[in-house]
Amino acid sequence: MADTAQETHAPVQDDPSRRDFIYIAAIAAAAGGAVATVWPFVDQMNPSADTLALASVEYDLTKVEPGQQVVILWRKQPLFIRNRTPEQIAAAIKDDNAAMKDPQKDEARHKPGKAQWLILLGSCTHLGCVPTVGGGEYGGWFCPCHGSVYDTSGRIRKGPAPLNLAVPEYSFLSDTKVKIG
Amino acid sequence: MSGHSTYEPKNAFSKWLDARLPVTRLVWDSFVDYPTPRNLNYWWTFGGILTLCLGIQILTGIVLAMHYQVGGATAFNSVEHIMRDVRHGWLIRNIHATGASMFFIAVYIHMLRGLYYGSFKPPREVLWLLGCLIYGIMMATAFMGYVLPWGQMSFWGAKVITNLLGVFPGVGQSITTWLWGGYGVDDPTLNRFFSLHYLLPFVIAGVVVLHIWALHVVGQNNPTGVDPKSKADTLPFTPYATAKDAFAMSLFLIVFAVFVFFLPDAMGHADNNIPANPLQTPPHIVPEWYFLPFYAILRAIPDKLMGALAMFGAIGCLFALPWLDTSKVRSMRYRPTAKICFVIFMVVCIILGFCGANKPDDQVIPGLAGFMLLDANANSWVWLSRIGTFYYFLYFLVITPMLGLTETPLPVPETIASPVVANAEKKG
Repeated sequence: MADTAQETHAPVQDDPSRRDFIYIAAIAAAAGGAVATVWPFVDQMNPSADTLALASVEYDLTKVEPGQQVVILWRKQPLFIRNRTPEQIAAAIKDDNAAMKDPQKDEARHKPGKAQWLILLGSCTHLGCVPTVGGGEYGGWFCPCHGSVYDTSGRIRKGPAPLNLAVPEYSFLSDTKVKIG
Repeated sequence: MSGHSTYEPKNAFSKWLDARLPVTRLVWDSFVDYPTPRNLNYWWTFGGILTLCLGIQILTGIVLAMHYQVGGATAFNSVEHIMRDVRHGWLIRNIHATGASMFFIAVYIHMLRGLYYGSFKPPREVLWLLGCLIYGIMMATAFMGYVLPWGQMSFWGAKVITNLLGVFPGVGQSITTWLWGGYGVDDPTLNRFFSLHYLLPFVIAGVVVLHIWALHVVGQNNPTGVDPKSKADTLPFTPYATAKDAFAMSLFLIVFAVFVFFLPDAMGHADNNIPANPLQTPPHIVPEWYFLPFYAILRAIPDKLMGALAMFGAIGCLFALPWLDTSKVRSMRYRPTAKICFVIFMVVCIILGFCGANKPDDQVIPGLAGFMLLDANANSWVWLSRIGTFYYFLYFLVITPMLGLTETPLPVPETIASPVVANAEKKG
């Protein structure tokens, strides 16, 4: 304690560590403040609350004839709802063990017992174009941008796309009604 | 003041760059080695604060423009969208809206500092004129920005101010129609105001560069108004002015933050939260606080054309000031009579502000019956604004030119350093 009492009488400039502490504290406070200020200006570009609120849509499946595909907007992006014919389902199951970039069984692509209904994001996994239904040698989809070919299960079979067409989160509210998202 | 450069590039890259684009040298000579009068007080920190304000307004404004949707049907709702849905949108908009008021507080302090210490006098006339020009563009920018939320005050403020330009005989109606792009304030008006509101801050930034250029040619004024004569009168910009500016900016930002976080609506009007309605005028139209003194001058004169001319003339006086002031002594520190007149002038400006905020026919002193004087009761805001308007012009057009010729100023120190040295010797 005697040392402390002596130090308080000494001139401030004799203790360089105090000044260093002030510098470090001031710079740290300024840096923290700068980060806290910059963050809102960066984060404001992320989706706003009302955009995120566009979460789910419901769709009445009776509007889709067998063999037909309907494209609806979900979260402002195209969504494929395809009513597959028994031949198309059979073709998909037949290829379950074929060599594929992104191997997946057909039953993993639809809800259990609802093999007829294929619900997919309408966005090619290459660079995001909308694939054309019925195109390509597998009768699934063909992407006009860079020639990716998908089968009737929406699995990538040829071309530059790396992944199968994505299956969104959805559920059956009844036999004829789905809720996507 | 722009003398010999002391910048010495230290490494190979800075030597290479300095020979091709001496931008580091420019910054060094302007903001590090630049000699500033050693006696600058805190009123001299508002130049830096204003630069900060402009930067904040441009930054937050660019962000707001990312979310704002111009158009009569969308503008109001998009502002609500910014306030409610956009991440940190409330914060960014509050900074921008409050920032406009903080900008004007700072610019008024900066201007009054110039008035008091005679910063407009030779050789700083061009510097002063550029400042007045910035102030003019600032007012136009602030006015158009206030229209963008498309609330009731936005709409009717726009209508009243644009109609003001219709007073000029003959061409007035054509001017307002041209400004509106229609029969009245409408979508085309809003669209062009948005475009210009985005453009003008960059014009301001350009004039600020000229303002600083002019400042660095003639050098800063100082509280004594005496030009620096030797090295003893100056200090290098860094660290002395930078540290002082940084400290003042921090204090300013604290006040700024109090308004942003605790009083965001303190300087706005509740009526602007009602969507614009061209069928109904709000019961009491007032501009933003920073226009109130001029608004009071406009209403003080019972003639449309003369009122508008008085209002523009009030701003025009600032431009003419370097040639109105005849005093050889710059700083009012050595002009006791001028100092008193200046304090009265500041009080009058504040009183005019209150006049502008109140309804012209309301009583200034509640309960006092008063008497009719010409067209209005003597105890009314309109008469108070007439007295204020009279003094405002008296100050610029009579007091300022006359006083310089008649007053006897106090002894002015030889150099900036001499009063400091004398004081130090007195104290021993």
